[in-house]
Amino acid sequence: MKEQVTIKQVLEAADETERKEKYNQYVKQTTPTFSRLANTARAFLVGGGICLLGEGCNQLFQSFSLDEKTASYWTTLVLVAAAVLLTGLGWYAKLAKFAGAGSVVPITGFANSVASPAVEFRAEGQVFGIGCKIFTIAGPVILYGVFASCFLGLLYWLAGVIGLL
Amino acid sequence: MKTKGKQSVAFAKPPYVLGEASVVGKMEGEGPLGKYFHEICPDPFVGKKTWEEAESALMEKACNLVLANAGVRRDEVNYIVGGDLLAQLMATSFGVERLQIPFFGIYGACSTMGESLTLSAMMVEGEYAQGVLAVTSSHFAGAEKQFRFPLAYGNQRPASATWTVTGSGAVILGNEALMSGQKQLAPGAKVVITGITVGRITDYGIKDSMHMGAAMAPAAAATILANFSDFGVDAKAYDLIVTGDLGTIGSQILYDITEARGVSIRKNHIDCGVKIYDPARQDVHAGGSGCGCSAVTLTGYLLRKMREGVYKRILFVPTGAMLSPVSFHEELTIPGIAYGIILERK
Repeated sequence: MKEQVTIKQVLEAADETERKEKYNQYVKQTTPTFSRLANTARAFLVGGGICLLGEGCNQLFQSFSLDEKTASYWTTLVLVAAAVLLTGLGWYAKLAKFAGAGSVVPITGFANSVASPAVEFRAEGQVFGIGCKIFTIAGPVILYGVFASCFLGLLYWLAGVIGLL
Repeated sequence: MKTKGKQSVAFAKPPYVLGEASVVGKMEGEGPLGKYFHEICPDPFVGKKTWEEAESALMEKACNLVLANAGVRRDEVNYIVGGDLLAQLMATSFGVERLQIPFFGIYGACSTMGESLTLSAMMVEGEYAQGVLAVTSSHFAGAEKQFRFPLAYGNQRPASATWTVTGSGAVILGNEALMSGQKQLAPGAKVVITGITVGRITDYGIKDSMHMGAAMAPAAAATILANFSDFGVDAKAYDLIVTGDLGTIGSQILYDITEARGVSIRKNHIDCGVKIYDPARQDVHAGGSGCGCSAVTLTGYLLRKMREGVYKRILFVPTGAMLSPVSFHEELTIPGIAYGIILERK
């Protein structure tokens, strides 16, 4: 734990760099934060709930004599569609305010991050609005996700070539 | 010279506040100051199709309302000095277009009302105008869209975050001649601007765009202390010292800084961002913010209380966090600014 910084120490700092550093530390001390434990509990409940819902769908589709893979496609489809619908109604943001990471991490959070800019930037047109801005939040996830997959795929292939696998 | 001290101006012929108008959204109308605002628009789109157009509509309403409230004709107003939070002052240029009054667009982030009042007062007192309309606005959804995330995007805001006020505030300042031609106000209800203190950019290195109170508090402290030293006064000289949108945490930081400098303003300080919402009923975290925050609190609440005689002398200090989405992503700090305006009941 760092030493407490008083505002006097900030104001009496020798130079600008030190003042900025000290002030940031002082502000951090002064600013209340929400309970991490409560946030984690909520994230666990809602995140777990979403996954339970997914599992329920999965079981249901399999009971329609779909194979495991096809059932999981349908499950994804249902979760994404539900998240997009809730985003359009403005309810997903309310859920996320309560759930935090619990609603961001599952695939529904990804759907929300794509649908919400589409709703917001619709006013700027089909091309420059929706087209250009739909991936403003999800874009980095897609780019670096694909990049990481390619990179790991290459490593996997190389390992096979030199006989490691 | 009319300048006073290092960064202030004392007016020999103080410009009059001829009239004021405040137009707000639903949430501000439901807040503790709701009954003081001139008009409440329950529709967040104000009958328009986009958030930006809605903000312009709020501003146009405020401009028309202030002309009526001040009892001044459009051709008696020489200039409009105004601005907002949207890039290239989009809300303002569309909002004032139909008034056809010569226009200056300014950007002071959430301190814009202070900047516009400062410049307008100098224009009137310097006899470059008989009447000037100072206006600003902000809209919660438009600000979120430009500076943060789409409204429907699900995320959590930290405790230090503030809520952008949906609203527009307008004031008309005028000289003695324009004041004497005006019959709206009861005698004794006159309010003038006797002095101003122009703020400097003050940057203590805050980078968190969700903690604007901390970015602005040092600027507010600097302007308040400069005002005291330039005019040779202390906190007791004012019935009220009103900062713009520091919020609860920013206000605490302001007290800490001023007290470390040997000045206590705790007793007669209020913050518009703390005043405008009720934290128990309205989920706004650290308080309200945005250009509209200090503007509608001034035009709806403070000026009314001054005209009623509750307050005689106020130091109005709108505060601005000059961040842009670009500077934020380039990991730069958030420069702060604050303007001091001395309002007196005459």
